[in-house]
Amino acid sequence: MSNSDIYHEMIVDYSRNPVNYGRIEDPDVTFHDANPLCGDSIDIDMNMDQGNVADIKFHGHGCAICMACSSVLTEMVKGKSIGEVRRVGKQDVLSELGLEHLQAVRIKCALLSLKVLKSALYTYLAKQSGQGHDADSLKNEAKSLY
Amino acid sequence: MQSTVNLDHLRGDFPILGRTVRDGKPLVYLDNASTTQKPDSVIDSISDYYRCHNANIHRAVYALAEEATEAYEGTRNKVTSFINAESREEVIFVRGTTEAINLVAYTWGRANIGEGDVVVTTEYEHHSNIVPWQMLVQEKGARLEYVRVDQNGELILQDLHEHLATGRVKLVTFSLMSNVLGTISDARKIVEACKKAGVPTLIDGAQAVPHMPVNVRELECDFFAFSGHKMLGPTGIGVLWVRKPVLETMGPFHGGGDMIREVHKYETTWNDLPYKFEAGTPNIAEVVGLGAAIDYLRSVGMSNVRQHEMDLTEYTLQQLSKIRGIVVYGTRDLAKRGGVVSFNFADVHPHDVAQILDDAGISVRSGHHCAQVLMEKLDVAATTRVSFCVYNTKEDVDALVASLERVAEVFKL
Repeated sequence: MSNSDIYHEMIVDYSRNPVNYGRIEDPDVTFHDANPLCGDSIDIDMNMDQGNVADIKFHGHGCAICMACSSVLTEMVKGKSIGEVRRVGKQDVLSELGLEHLQAVRIKCALLSLKVLKSALYTYLAKQSGQGHDADSLKNEAKSLY
Repeated sequence: MQSTVNLDHLRGDFPILGRTVRDGKPLVYLDNASTTQKPDSVIDSISDYYRCHNANIHRAVYALAEEATEAYEGTRNKVTSFINAESREEVIFVRGTTEAINLVAYTWGRANIGEGDVVVTTEYEHHSNIVPWQMLVQEKGARLEYVRVDQNGELILQDLHEHLATGRVKLVTFSLMSNVLGTISDARKIVEACKKAGVPTLIDGAQAVPHMPVNVRELECDFFAFSGHKMLGPTGIGVLWVRKPVLETMGPFHGGGDMIREVHKYETTWNDLPYKFEAGTPNIAEVVGLGAAIDYLRSVGMSNVRQHEMDLTEYTLQQLSKIRGIVVYGTRDLAKRGGVVSFNFADVHPHDVAQILDDAGISVRSGHHCAQVLMEKLDVAATTRVSFCVYNTKEDVDALVASLERVAEVFKL
């Protein structure tokens, strides 16, 4: 398999027409991160309702892999509970797009939005009283993604 | 187009160019602004140094130490004549351009930049000629100002004149060739204006020295920095040249062995130039390798190198202009640009372009090229960049163009 086989129909389509792309006005939580090496940059806005992700949007710029994974990830977690979102791991994102064998150098492109999502979640949890411990462990999860 | 110099025969001198990548594709290496490949003569010089002459320099009296010292100091002589410095005492070995600029900021900068002073840089600098100055001005309560880049990718010199007119400028620093746009700065005009205002100049020569004749005495700057690995030499070695009257006013950088004359319990006197700035055991083998790289470039002739890369750049600009959706950044005037071509292809991200090119064995750089200030100016997140060296050929450009057609196919452009 050659490395450019990753550019299958689904990736190209998602990168051309990203899903959940945009901003939420006055969101409950927002988070931004970037890959310092390649300059990919993603923001995620979320509205929460009774412990569920009521709405989620992302914006920014990145390569096709980054944009496709952001689309798939936001689709995956919309409407899910905080507990369910926490259980979403890197394999879930990669396998959804057939990227299990992605080269190490491109993993950061694929997982940037997951890192931003987990960071957004701990930012949200940290804001809620009494959830400090949860927020800290999520922060570590986000940091150790790649 | 008829090439005026043909350097195709040089390819055989670079063993790595004979290898294949990604399932048997011949390597097409087009990331020379990042680092260049090494000829046999450079590789062999390093191996020969370790096999036959390895010893520490400047100290022991035995035969090996003498040979090692001769080889090390021999490169200093080669550098001196390669850049036409007045004296070998002006040539300091450092790890690379980044360390050279940091050395100037740390020693000269800390002694000469004060509160309210201004350091002027440009919008097309590499991070290594921005960040050290940000650190310095923050420490000193000084300011960093920019000479902007125009639509053609050239410096707006009016900005320089305006900054100089304030009377607060203490240093002007700029690269001789942009690592993204390939623009060659009008160093003569910049230095002339600075000299008239009594302001010293630092030139980042990392991209220029490997690709065109450079003469520091003609440039009339005060500081000049470049790296070995971008000029066919090893990594971990570079040069800082400082005009002697300026160098004589500068305090040391790192303290340690070799940079001292006498060390007592509570005080030390410094060694002579240039050793005062070379603390500790240096990268001796890499210095030897740099000497071999200079020999190689001189045997080709820097004017031939420049002509060859101008020809390739012209051919590349012509070929890219035939592909719909390609936007090339920077000037079309070949006299004002080196062999660096940055572009974007419709809305396809440069990483994706680079990945598809890589599949065909073509190595290009994608990203911000350590020039995020310039990326902001161009209003792009990243570009794809091809950059040439003596060993590149028109066939390399043809391979690039063929693979760009594959990019268009995959992304349905």
